Amino acid sequence: MTFDLETAAAPQGLRRVAIDPVTRVEGHGKVTILLDEQNRVKQVRLHIVEFRGFEKFIEGRPYWEVPVMVQRLCGICPVSHHLAACKAMDLVLGATPVTRSAEKIRRLMHYGQVMQSHALHFFHLSSPDLLFGFDSEVNLRNIVGVVQAHPDIAKKGVLLRKFGQEVIRVTAGKRVHGTGSVPGGMNKHVSRADRDMLARDVNQMIEWAQDAVNIAKQLHAQNPALYDSFGSFRSNMLSLVRADGALDLYDGVLRARDAKGRILIDGASDQSYLDLIEEEVRPWSYMKFPHLKSLGRDVGWYRVGPLARVQNCDFIPSPLAEVQRQEFVAWGKGEPVHATLAYHWARMIEVLHTVEVIKDLLDDPDILGGELMVDGIRRGEGVGVIEAPRGTLIHHYRVGADDLVTMCNLIVSTTHNNQAMNEAVREVARQYLDGNELTEGLLNRVEVAIRAYDPCLSCATHALGRMPLDVALLGPGGELLDHVLKTADGELVRDLAAPLGLPG
Amino acid sequence: MTAPLLVLAWGNPSRGDDALGPLFAEALRPQAGDGAEFIEDFQLQVEHALDLVGRQRVLFVDASLTCAAPFEARALKPARDASFTTHAMSPTAVMQVYRDLQGSEPPPCMLLSIRGERFELGEPLGTAAAAHLEAALGWGRRWLAAGLDATQPAGG
Repeated sequence: MTFDLETAAAPQGLRRVAIDPVTRVEGHGKVTILLDEQNRVKQVRLHIVEFRGFEKFIEGRPYWEVPVMVQRLCGICPVSHHLAACKAMDLVLGATPVTRSAEKIRRLMHYGQVMQSHALHFFHLSSPDLLFGFDSEVNLRNIVGVVQAHPDIAKKGVLLRKFGQEVIRVTAGKRVHGTGSVPGGMNKHVSRADRDMLARDVNQMIEWAQDAVNIAKQLHAQNPALYDSFGSFRSNMLSLVRADGALDLYDGVLRARDAKGRILIDGASDQSYLDLIEEEVRPWSYMKFPHLKSLGRDVGWYRVGPLARVQNCDFIPSPLAEVQRQEFVAWGKGEPVHATLAYHWARMIEVLHTVEVIKDLLDDPDILGGELMVDGIRRGEGVGVIEAPRGTLIHHYRVGADDLVTMCNLIVSTTHNNQAMNEAVREVARQYLDGNELTEGLLNRVEVAIRAYDPCLSCATHALGRMPLDVALLGPGGELLDHVLKTADGELVRDLAAPLGLPG
Repeated sequence: MTAPLLVLAWGNPSRGDDALGPLFAEALRPQAGDGAEFIEDFQLQVEHALDLVGRQRVLFVDASLTCAAPFEARALKPARDASFTTHAMSPTAVMQVYRDLQGSEPPPCMLLSIRGERFELGEPLGTAAAAHLEAALGWGRRWLAAGLDATQPAGG
């Protein structure tokens, strides 16, 4: 079976539109759309150039080097990789549980990471669309436009992000390439001076995080027709939860719910992820398609990330965010909220929760002193699962007696959302593109749907001079009808002679 | 106290010549003294606008696929960056964010682009890129000492 709009029945003779690469997401991605002569949408695919070579890059390295090296997988959420690798290596060494102090400092680091990543996404990458509208002037749709039109909102976004970065710095040692967490625990406490510095600002951050939730909520309330329907579809949802059902971003058991919110899997150990999840390869995509083994590929795919987490848990263990969660759940009127744009609302609820947790941890004397490391009996294999900003992140390693990694398997959050992002793009194509002449505004809607997932397309490389957008229009015979490139400064250049992007 | 000079270098140390920015910072830091702060990152982001506060001069450093070898240096002006970039921002957009957040002009900023060729994961720095780095470091030492601006030779 194939999914609706995944594969056209007769692709020959259809014209092809490519959005390559998808912008304001991390790494490389491309959308291809096949249209017939009446502009009816026949096929839509999101191609993500997932970089699988990273696992080979890790294999053969000493285990103690891995938590540092994996940060180079991603320039956006390096801390999530750092901690997922450490959690796996704790198990490899038999060093579990880690000490109370180590667990709390790691948690502080992780919640700082989620906070700053979410703040960046909402205020920098998505707020231009949400505040100005999907059809707004191209020049406005960036953070600089937001700063000029809504300086107060933009400033809060920048300072929230900065605060999260400082939390990372004082726990990991540096803002990037941190070494604070090590297999078996942590190598440093938080200094009293750093704790005091963060504590001075944390109440302000809570206030601003509440403002951010209110902005996201108001956007839904002001235009429920758009926010509830845009790119909306029903799906299962997967995340970690704490053993008592609370939202937990650092550790827990796996839980999955179906589209009606009924429990499918609960209390499953993260060590058994291979019994629960299967990854399918499809010939047209570099990125795999995970699904729940028990349900199979056709109905077993699921969403991860804020939308799943906020609804998978039974409660949020911090008072202000819990009030917001209850309001979010009530929005669904007894059904789970499946709206793609509700990711933004859920994401801001999580920002509020992370700042509340950070405040509690800053008051905890365990981050300032206490044992940091434990030893154990080595077992040679471990799985580390963490709720990264974008969703469930799985690191799995085997380590030989010579300390070298013999096997590495990573399933990153964006891979879990592969089918879901394809569904979102297809839904938008059905709603807006079908039968219409393509415009920049319509194509932007495709990107808005993808951006809601905040996909991190697994590539931290960059260099000056890369083209940020390439749209090609091909006729029924495959001939190039139009080719528009967007330069790094946003200028649109029509160039039929320029080479096209990746085939697809 | 905020150091008057800031060197803000970015790139991924595990992706071949993308390491040029961090390597530049690593090599120059021991020669700089207390008057300069070095910040390395994977990419530029909004919060870097706050790192510009209180500086006399700022040097942005990155690997580039398109600049002339061995390197190019130029003065920057704040600009509304209309591009849909990835998560990474341009230096001029960071300066523009500074201007809008602080309500004043950012300190004088220059961009040092060091020519790179290969950016694959797991690759070491290429031979050509290593030579470009050496040349760029010579220019960097002069920038630290004298406050080079765009009117002086880029040194390539």
